[in-house]
Amino acid sequence: MAYLDHAATTPMLPEAIEAMTAQLQVVGNASALHAAGRQARRTVEEARETLAEALGARPSEVVFTSGGTEADNLAVKGLYWARRDADPARTRVLSSPVEHHAVLDAVHWLAEHEGATVEYLPVDAYGRVHPEALREAIGRNPDDVALATVMWANNEIGTVLPVRELADVAAEFGVPLHSDAVQAFGQLDVGFAASGLAAMTVSSHKIGGPYGIGALLLGRDQSPVPVLHGGGQERQVRSGTLDVPAAAAFAVAARSAVEHRERFAEEIGGLRDALIDAVREAVPDAILGGDPEHRLPANAHFTFPGCEGDSLLLLLDAQGISCSTGSACTAGIAQPSHVLLATGTDPDLARGTLRFSLGHTSTRADIDELAKAIGPAVERARAAGLS
Amino acid sequence: MTETPAEPRRLRVLAAMSGGVDSAVAAARAAEAGHDVTGVHLALSANPQSFRTGARGCCTIEDSRDARRAADVIGIPFYVWDLAERFREDVVEDFIAEYEAGRTPNPCLRCNEKIKFSALLDKALALGFDAVATGHYAQVITREDGTRELHRASDMAKDQSYVLGVLDDKQLAHALFPLGDTVTTKDEIRAEAERRGLAVAKKPDSHDICFIADGDTQGFLAGRLGKAEGDIVDESGEKVGTHEGAYGFTIGQRKGLRIGRPAPDGKPRYVLDISPVNNTVTVGPVDALDVTALTAIKPRWCGTAPVGEGRYTAQLRAHGDETPVTAELVDGELRVTFDEAVRGVAPGQAVVLYDGTRVVGSATIATTTRATATV
Repeated sequence: MAYLDHAATTPMLPEAIEAMTAQLQVVGNASALHAAGRQARRTVEEARETLAEALGARPSEVVFTSGGTEADNLAVKGLYWARRDADPARTRVLSSPVEHHAVLDAVHWLAEHEGATVEYLPVDAYGRVHPEALREAIGRNPDDVALATVMWANNEIGTVLPVRELADVAAEFGVPLHSDAVQAFGQLDVGFAASGLAAMTVSSHKIGGPYGIGALLLGRDQSPVPVLHGGGQERQVRSGTLDVPAAAAFAVAARSAVEHRERFAEEIGGLRDALIDAVREAVPDAILGGDPEHRLPANAHFTFPGCEGDSLLLLLDAQGISCSTGSACTAGIAQPSHVLLATGTDPDLARGTLRFSLGHTSTRADIDELAKAIGPAVERARAAGLS
Repeated sequence: MTETPAEPRRLRVLAAMSGGVDSAVAAARAAEAGHDVTGVHLALSANPQSFRTGARGCCTIEDSRDARRAADVIGIPFYVWDLAERFREDVVEDFIAEYEAGRTPNPCLRCNEKIKFSALLDKALALGFDAVATGHYAQVITREDGTRELHRASDMAKDQSYVLGVLDDKQLAHALFPLGDTVTTKDEIRAEAERRGLAVAKKPDSHDICFIADGDTQGFLAGRLGKAEGDIVDESGEKVGTHEGAYGFTIGQRKGLRIGRPAPDGKPRYVLDISPVNNTVTVGPVDALDVTALTAIKPRWCGTAPVGEGRYTAQLRAHGDETPVTAELVDGELRVTFDEAVRGVAPGQAVVLYDGTRVVGSATIATTTRATATV
């Protein structure tokens, strides 16, 4: 068994499981006034403080959500509505074509239903958005921009985007910039205050915390219109009873991820480089995707010419190796990845991709298993061709 | 499938799973028999949402999820393969072209020949699988010399060998029909699915053509081919009505002709002939539908082609009866003579020949000889 899909989800850390199970045995709604409620609130607020510290933010800037997708939706839609309400001229949304669908589909929805004009900033062959492109786009008419949203690191090809430079440009014009940092968190330094971002999305289950919880880091001057209305929790921005055990465990995982980040990045980067070497040795014409230098240390992305990514996935899965094609699924039907298409990859080539992503449980043995299996699998997938 | 003792081999099997109960039970039986089974759902529509939104058929996201759920319960890997483009080219476009040419195609046969046991099987073999399993009711019997024969299902009422009659011996060599060798009613299959914990046990059957959402074939064809008004004439050539497209008719059809005045003898009239060249539909009395012989092209044999004249039974429709015939292959064309005249034979349909329960082969009907006149 070689689990090489940590970017999809990674095993929970033992200390996070411990924190979660301890809290699961305690009753208390964090909004209640009695003793049980106070105890729950204390747990949540401690989790918020821990998370804030881990992310270089103030506790009041942490808005718990149900995960990355909700945080992205809240940032994109909520900030759009708020900015447009303040000035009806602001209907332009700047984004990138390599975003996760949680952002892409949200901005698309704004265009379809809320009169937004969406502009996708150009990316280079590695999927990077250049600060000058953002400057040019905002500069054309700074007054009609509602917000910009550009991810910190790409979930498929692993390219790291120059978010701090982009945030500087956005700040010059007073435009709020949101960034989906779900993949970057735990692998890169994603300090919120230092980033200059107006909002930033993080998710728990990608860093060894539980599923079903994430957070939107939200600058104190930002007041997005809520997506979820109700009891007014989380700065009136995100209603709903707080998941106390999940918040506690998320905080534990976040603290651990940040504490160990540098060593983790170095070790996992070494393992990842070994994986890249092994794949290239077995399949010399495999093409490494994404930025060779500015990339997530745990990500390796390959295109295998003449292969269907799905076929490779099946063949590797049959040998106990778990990875991902990295492309979007519609009812399980593989489509060429929008990320690869945006970076100018030929659509036929784009069908033959695999993403290998490492994590805290990865070992050299995982790489050796893949090294043995990938050559024959590619040969076989090539024989099956592109149907 | 009937396994001879010499063949207890563990096969790598790709089970085509439509999301229905038959294919789910077939996959479960293959896995239970000890084979290494992987489930695959064929996405046959480029846009599943718009292609078909009903609960039946084979093209919805819901069907794909049902198939995946069944695979999870059986405990086998599951994938969705996108064969929409091949399906469109080889089945849907062919279906339209055949109707446009005045013939009556059977898209299920076409799908078995070109998709399930061609595109899918080829890919499966290339990926290292030994066989493709489906939920069809038919039997593959392996003889002592290793050759394989296709036979009717044990349960004649469920038999689907007709739609598999297009498979040649190479395709049969890699076909597995786990439902064919037990006498099973649909209720028993449902009970078995229930027992196996498969949620599709209660799912309604699919009947009609999977890529025509509402079952309205005429509407589908009209949408694709446009309206083309033409005459409906009787056997003498006299105009008795008009139609909105000759392609909308099938030989032997009685309903939907919308002819204002009755026939002189007061008897119902049936479609006797469709002529796409002059966009004319000919109608006449039921007797004129009697066919005594036919020729059929593009024969495919489940094994070696028969030599000389032979005695067989023939089946002309998916749920039709079999009828005794004499058949001979002459210059690549199959000539079939019926012992007794049969009705409602349309060019484009497949004639499948049987020797007892064994499928001998099939061919596509090209011309028919009428008892009264040759059309």
